[in-house]
Amino acid sequence: MISKVVENANAAVQGLQDDMTLMLGGFGLCGIPENAISAIRANGAKNLTCISNNAGVDDFGLGLLLQTRQIKKMISSYVGENDLFEKQMLSGVLDVELVPQGTLAERCRAAGAGIPAFYTPAGYGTEVALGKEVRWFKGKPHILEHAFEADFAFVKAWKGDETGNLIFKGTARNFNPLMAMAGKVTVAEVEELVPVGTLDPNEIHTPGIFVQRIFKGTNYEKRIEQRTVRQREDAG
Amino acid sequence: MLTKEQIAQRIAQEMEDGYYVNLGIGIPTLVANYIPEGISVEFQSENGILGMGPFPFEGEEDADLINAGKQTITAQPGAAFFNSSTSFAMIRGQHVQMTVLGAMEVAQNGDIANWKIPGKMVKGMGGAMDLVASAENIIVAMMHTNKKGDSKLLTKCTLPLTGVNCVKKIVTNLAVLEVKDNAFHLMERAPGVGVEEIQAATEGKLIVDGDVPEMKL
Repeated sequence: MISKVVENANAAVQGLQDDMTLMLGGFGLCGIPENAISAIRANGAKNLTCISNNAGVDDFGLGLLLQTRQIKKMISSYVGENDLFEKQMLSGVLDVELVPQGTLAERCRAAGAGIPAFYTPAGYGTEVALGKEVRWFKGKPHILEHAFEADFAFVKAWKGDETGNLIFKGTARNFNPLMAMAGKVTVAEVEELVPVGTLDPNEIHTPGIFVQRIFKGTNYEKRIEQRTVRQREDAG
Repeated sequence: MLTKEQIAQRIAQEMEDGYYVNLGIGIPTLVANYIPEGISVEFQSENGILGMGPFPFEGEEDADLINAGKQTITAQPGAAFFNSSTSFAMIRGQHVQMTVLGAMEVAQNGDIANWKIPGKMVKGMGGAMDLVASAENIIVAMMHTNKKGDSKLLTKCTLPLTGVNCVKKIVTNLAVLEVKDNAFHLMERAPGVGVEEIQAATEGKLIVDGDVPEMKL
């Protein structure tokens, strides 16, 4: 058994330096690596390129790294929830590359799967396709998209074991397993860190081979972005 | 003239038993409230769930269970969770049978613009470009005109495109239209709305073939 366990988030971000490219899992604030984000902030690395579906909110998620101006460039599909983001983008402090969500996911997956590039129909005929090779397959146009490269991938799982096997919960899975495959160094933070042999091999979402460091996260806030409920009397 | 709820209700009539359906944000979300009797459909949300259920009861919200609009939801019996790549495999691979989304503009050739207004804050396309590039059955739910009263059904889109030649059907507050042969074909009128009114609100080429029935809700 190979142990990947590191003591805490600060140990997990060791080696993080200025100008690196990071992947960060999550959709909105769901399934984001909260502990790693705090540790990246503490580490202070600057000029980071962050690949993440969203950019957090002003005071949580990647918003915390925007506050400290550590992010030079965001590669995302949707960034609407963040005033600070807008200010930095409009003032030119922050560079933004918008990528269709399915393409974003596949560029992560491809990076981890040894596929340097692929064709997708998404974005053909739009500004996303500018400067990209077009090829027709089965009578339909497709554009060439390239796999990402990332120095670090930070993912958040529900449960993990000492060798890095991961299980995600609900829709907190999202980009996490794809980014886990893609990082040169993949850091997983988990709510429950268990000994090897505890998790059922049938239930593993991300096999430990993709994970280099794992630690048990603390103080998860798990903030809800849009709290929507129905009233009990509506129950049919 | 239809309310937003009635637009959703009319679109719900397009669903067939066994469909997997992706609903966008806004009017499309309301479609889930009007599934016809005797029909069983499953809703996909592109952040990674099939079998999306209604909002949770107060106190039962789960931060790890949201839809693509980042709203707390529930999972139906038989639901499945998956990663974002698998989710878009369902979409690009045409396993999802029906996609309903909103639009700022639709052109008579089926082009759609719904993600960016130059000069305004650009939020991003999310999954919209992947959805419109692949889905066979794309229905647009929108008002026929914008807040200024200008037509949203155009000869050519003026806003940056989300996808080309992809919209097949549009349900607005005024009409049901099919998009084919480089024109909008008027299929149904909203109750009490005349052909002239629809014509006046449609900047693109509108084909009116014979008597156009009123839609049934």
